[in-house]
Amino acid sequence: MLLIMNRSMNAPAAIPVPVRLAHLPRQRPGTVSAVDWDALAEPEARRLRELGLDEGVEVELLHRSGFLGAGPIACRIGRMTVALRRHVAAAIHVTSPAA
Amino acid sequence: MNPAPLVALVGNPNAGKSALFNALTGARQKVGNYPGVTVERHAGRMALPDGRPVEMLDLPGAYSLDPSSPDEAVTRDVLFGKQEGERLPDAIVTVVDASNLDNHLRFTLQLIALGLPIVVALNMVDLAERDGLKLDAAALERELGVPVVSTVAVRRRGLDELKNRLAEVVKGVHKIRPSAGVQHDIVVLQRRARQIATAVTVSETAARRWTHRLDAVALHPVAGPILLLGLLFVMFQSVFAWAEAPMGWIEDGMAWLADVVGGLLPAGFVHDFIVQGLIAGVGAVVVFLPQILILFAFILVLEATGYMVRAAFLMDRVMASVGLSGRAFIPLLSSFACAVPGIMATRTISDEKDRLTTILIAPMMTCSARLPVYTIIIGALIPDKAVLPGVGLQGLVLFGLYVLGIVGAFCVALVLRRTVTKGATSGFMMEMPKYQLPRLRDVALGLWQRAEIFLKRAGTTIAATVAILWVLASFPQAPAGAKQSEYSIAGRIASGIEVVVRPIGFNHDISLALLPAMAAREAAVAAIGTVYAVDNPEDAKGEATITENLRQRWTLPTALAFLMWFVFAPQCISTIAVTRRETNGWKWPAFMVGYLFALAYAAAGITYWSAMGLGL
Repeated sequence: MLLIMNRSMNAPAAIPVPVRLAHLPRQRPGTVSAVDWDALAEPEARRLRELGLDEGVEVELLHRSGFLGAGPIACRIGRMTVALRRHVAAAIHVTSPAA
Repeated sequence: MNPAPLVALVGNPNAGKSALFNALTGARQKVGNYPGVTVERHAGRMALPDGRPVEMLDLPGAYSLDPSSPDEAVTRDVLFGKQEGERLPDAIVTVVDASNLDNHLRFTLQLIALGLPIVVALNMVDLAERDGLKLDAAALERELGVPVVSTVAVRRRGLDELKNRLAEVVKGVHKIRPSAGVQHDIVVLQRRARQIATAVTVSETAARRWTHRLDAVALHPVAGPILLLGLLFVMFQSVFAWAEAPMGWIEDGMAWLADVVGGLLPAGFVHDFIVQGLIAGVGAVVVFLPQILILFAFILVLEATGYMVRAAFLMDRVMASVGLSGRAFIPLLSSFACAVPGIMATRTISDEKDRLTTILIAPMMTCSARLPVYTIIIGALIPDKAVLPGVGLQGLVLFGLYVLGIVGAFCVALVLRRTVTKGATSGFMMEMPKYQLPRLRDVALGLWQRAEIFLKRAGTTIAATVAILWVLASFPQAPAGAKQSEYSIAGRIASGIEVVVRPIGFNHDISLALLPAMAAREAAVAAIGTVYAVDNPEDAKGEATITENLRQRWTLPTALAFLMWFVFAPQCISTIAVTRRETNGWKWPAFMVGYLFALAYAAAGITYWSAMGLGL
């Protein structure tokens, strides 16, 4: 029992843990594993798809704006840089190899 | 006679459609480096290599055939022949950004499925290569099954080949109707687009170093907003500092013109009308050309570099707090130049209430027509001294008036979004373009067009206003002892207005200037000049005299109240007209005019009485 716990605590993250894009460390690219489409308003979800967001796409958090509270974030979706509000970025689950 | 075949330029926002349109047709449509520069259709003509003429149509950018904002709806309607007054296109040129293939190809796939003759312009291949991306255009042609041509629209590369391939596919007029069975599932299209993009990519290396480095500063939580504020501040300081010399030259030129023309005319009414009325009046406005061009140069450069979207990004938090989106900051910043294109640019805002709010507050952004009024009043009554090294008090007051317009607009938005334009927001989701160096040619062309518009306005609207005012201010002739500016027809009308505006500190001069300012704000400057000219027929010769007269006849509280009035008052018929068009009726323009006049009256009154109370 003790042995198993030890192992699970010390083992390197072989299986990547999904993180929300809003909380991804900066400049650590990851792959979109799931999107909570239901958490987004319909036009928002559609525009997000039109900007190329989809499961399996590589994304990267580039910049957070936060001078007066939590502003939008800038992220890379594929080859495109896109500005999103935080609640949208929070609906995007990312598996980061190094997370 | 058969009409020429119609070819529509279609593609994602910021793919370079307007640049290609200009290169093909010789037109001078506005280009810029942010999504949503073009918000309406523009037509032009060109000849195919075989001599056949075709009509080209430049359309607003869209992400798909399912529009989410009014500008994108135009594109869909034109493609399906639903746009009023527009026939069905006979062929499509779809413009794709080579460095954004996987995204732009998705819309291309939808367009190909329409079944119209089509050519793909693989645009900005130079920038893609700079980014370390090599593409195989021939492979893309095989994958898509339609002609593909590599182009660099701004350098006019690939245009001949594009015309050749277009000549091959354009058969005639109305031979094919667009197919209704187009795939609308974005995910399916996107996956196919990504497959194709991967298949045609020869090599790819890490990219966009410059954009990343610049964004590390421009979007930094602390440095970013400081940079934005600094840029705006430098802009307004430069308007004062750099324009001084060229304004002096124009003044000298006007004085020379007045001398020459005055020497040719016999003394009398006609002499005074032309020299002191027309030349002095129009000259008093034309003298501000350098300031307006400097302001436009800044805005054009900001638009061309790609910084506009960064400004929108930084402002989104603040905009969200008053119920708007960062996206609305772009039309608002454009309104610094003129509210009319600013209001049209709101077509890129998807939510209707969001868009309406932006339209209603746009007139509060300080447009370039207010600049002459601000400058002349500030120049006459605010001391020219340095507050800090390199920061003049006059520039600071000007900056303050701009900030006041913005703050006022935000406060009004806050109230409107909780009352008359209550509703959902459109959120903020925007593509951020790569930075580009502004192209000198585009900036020069933009400035040239602006100078043309301004001078034309001075020669028509303002000249006519000044002429009418001069006549109304000259008759009937005042008897000895009475002031001409009060005895004349214009003077009596002004006396009527004065009853209403006296409580907020406005004198007779201002009352007389308020009506001509409705035709064009700048005309207020000319009107004040007219008042002094008819009162002192001996020594009226343009701006120097206006300044001296202002110093003698106006008090500081009156001047400050007048500036306040100009921050808010909706004195521009073109803005009211464009608001009516964009909101489809008189309801909203009437509301806008009402609330802005009320605000202007209150702001001027509060300023006047506070200044009096402080003993200024």
